[in-house]
Amino acid sequence: MNLPMLLRGARAGVASLLLHKTRSLLTMLGIIFGVCSVIAMLAIGEGASFEAQERIRQKGARNIILRSKKPAGDATAGGAKRSYIADYGLKYADMERIRRSVPGIVRILPQRIEPKRVRFPKHAECEVVGTPPLYREMTSTEMVEGRFLTDWDEREQKNVCVLTEDLARTLYGHVSPLGEEIRVANRAFTVVGVMRELSRVYHTAAGGGAPASEGRVFVSLHTFRTHLGEQNVRRSAGSFQVERVQLSFLTIEFASENDVARAAPLIRHALADLHKKQDFVVEVPLDELRALEATKRLFSFVLGSIAAISLLVGGIGIMNLMLATVTERTREIGVRRALGAKKRQIVEQFLMETGVLSVAGGLIGVVVGVFFPYFLSWAIHAISGHAYRVVVTPWSVLLALGISVATGIAFGVYPARRAANLDPIEALRYS
Amino acid sequence: MASGAIIRIEQLTKTYDLGEVQLTVLRSLSLSISPGSFVAIMGASGSGKSTLLNILGCLDRPTSGRYVLAGMDVSDMGDDELSDMRGQRIGFVFQQYNLIDQLSVVENIHVPLAYQGLGLSECRDRCEALAHRVGLSDRLGHRPKQLSGGQQQRVALARSLANDPVMILADEPTGNLDSSTGREILDLFSELHAQGKTIVMVTHGDEVAARATRVVQMSDGRIVRDVSRAQREMAGA
Ligand SMILES: Nc1ncnc2c1ncn2[C@@H]1O[C@H](COP(=O)(O)OP(=O)(O)O)[C@@H](O)[C@H]1O
Ligand SMILES: [Mg+2]
Repeated sequence: MNLPMLLRGARAGVASLLLHKTRSLLTMLGIIFGVCSVIAMLAIGEGASFEAQERIRQKGARNIILRSKKPAGDATAGGAKRSYIADYGLKYADMERIRRSVPGIVRILPQRIEPKRVRFPKHAECEVVGTPPLYREMTSTEMVEGRFLTDWDEREQKNVCVLTEDLARTLYGHVSPLGEEIRVANRAFTVVGVMRELSRVYHTAAGGGAPASEGRVFVSLHTFRTHLGEQNVRRSAGSFQVERVQLSFLTIEFASENDVARAAPLIRHALADLHKKQDFVVEVPLDELRALEATKRLFSFVLGSIAAISLLVGGIGIMNLMLATVTERTREIGVRRALGAKKRQIVEQFLMETGVLSVAGGLIGVVVGVFFPYFLSWAIHAISGHAYRVVVTPWSVLLALGISVATGIAFGVYPARRAANLDPIEALRYS
Repeated sequence: MASGAIIRIEQLTKTYDLGEVQLTVLRSLSLSISPGSFVAIMGASGSGKSTLLNILGCLDRPTSGRYVLAGMDVSDMGDDELSDMRGQRIGFVFQQYNLIDQLSVVENIHVPLAYQGLGLSECRDRCEALAHRVGLSDRLGHRPKQLSGGQQQRVALARSLANDPVMILADEPTGNLDSSTGREILDLFSELHAQGKTIVMVTHGDEVAARATRVVQMSDGRIVRDVSRAQREMAGA
């Protein structure tokens, strides 16, 4: 069958369907809803994991992140109030050991993060981040004004800091803070830059009723160590505890994702004898991403299957219509056979009608289906106040369209064959 | 006569298997029809006229016997070949007109051509000329339901001519028409015959017999009388 014949057939198909407009439209509704729900279901499935995926991706698929964690046994949960020193977490020595024993490492970013209070020019809660200048290269940040920390700051333990934009705004309003001195935990730092964090993936475990941070202050790691110290004293009524932590995070970047896959057990092994207690955790964003993708696939498959059932129902609707049509047009089929139509040509004629029906239904379904998920998301937001994200992907649209056409054709084959196999004489005699 | 015949059937039998009984509708029929004849097949209802015509039209197959159409043995052709025979060499006119409701006059005339792979745009002129030939030039875009019975039968006649068939088979084409309209249709058939078309027509009316060059009388699946016009005129003289 060539293109002009196909077009001719399609036109004839449309003409036949227009004979029973209401009936054809109702049948098409089945396909429309089917396609629509396939797209919507997949959009919901996609949207459900989108933000989690983004968050993981920001941590970097080629990174492994080690995070210091207070060992479970050292918690203040013990009923008796007493004072003690908790010494835990990642050490500088760990960093060196990892660098030596794990292959494929490109670079390692150590960070020390601690909640502190800014005392001048205003009081504000913040997080002080001690980090080498490498930080800026390894995370998505953008300088608003001034500069970031430099190797020289690091080496000389300069008392300089970079503020996040939000904190700068809180402390200085719209006046540039460059060159101003802020006082954090009884230490003075000169502001040399203001930056914007495009994504923030490292947080201190801000538990224990720590006040919400109003922004972050970046100082060089070396400066943090000498001027702010590794000890952190927490007082509560009648007792105090001292936490001694060298590093909060180690972000280890690898040359390839393959290196990442091999590295996690090696890292654990390398640190095993230095950390008898479980005082750090290993995060492998790549693993999280893969696990999430697997979950998403399953989720999408289940949702998609449910939706596909409605397409199936649409297909049955088409078959029902076509069977009725074949019966109604028995005599026409006989006439066409008498006038020279081969069985194949009768099959083609009826398949063309189901084809037109399912393609038209599919296309309308796609148009509706692409907007429907966003409407759904809007409606959920309007009713419940929850932001519900949906993501319509091109492949889901193609899939839905493909399934609808396939269903239409598949369910059209039986009626079409039935029409073609009618005995021409019987068909001619039918009234 | 036999070698130049357009239709030659030999020892043709048609038996319907009705489970418990075998119903033989055509009994060992032999018949030759030469090109350009106008044959009227007459006989009581149930005598097997339509069955014979359907076999002649390649719509049905004989149970036994041979059928040679335009030099080709049709007896053991496959379904597709039979479709081609119908589509290329035979024109049908039915008692119930059998036009396709959703198609216009021109489109109906075009149907046999469509199955030979010709688009309407390629042969619109031909279809319109055929409509003109049966006197329906001003009804080209009408639907069958908008036409009278006589007009519908004219369309059917035009349609039967679309592929320039070697013969036209008509099963009681005037059966549903009043006598004057029927006569107009018969006039058209006579005209076609005069132009050289071979026509085989099943009929009840004597008027057809008068126009035909040959009258075949059937009874209970057999040909009981077969008279050509020449013989008749001699008998009448
Ligand atoms: N498909 C069929 N099955 C069984 N009997 C049939 C079938 N078609 C026709 N007949 C029988 O064959 C006989 C001849 O029918 P037909 O050729 O239509 O007669 P006519 O056209 O001369 O009236 C009738 O008795 C009819 O009942
Ligand atoms: Mg009959």
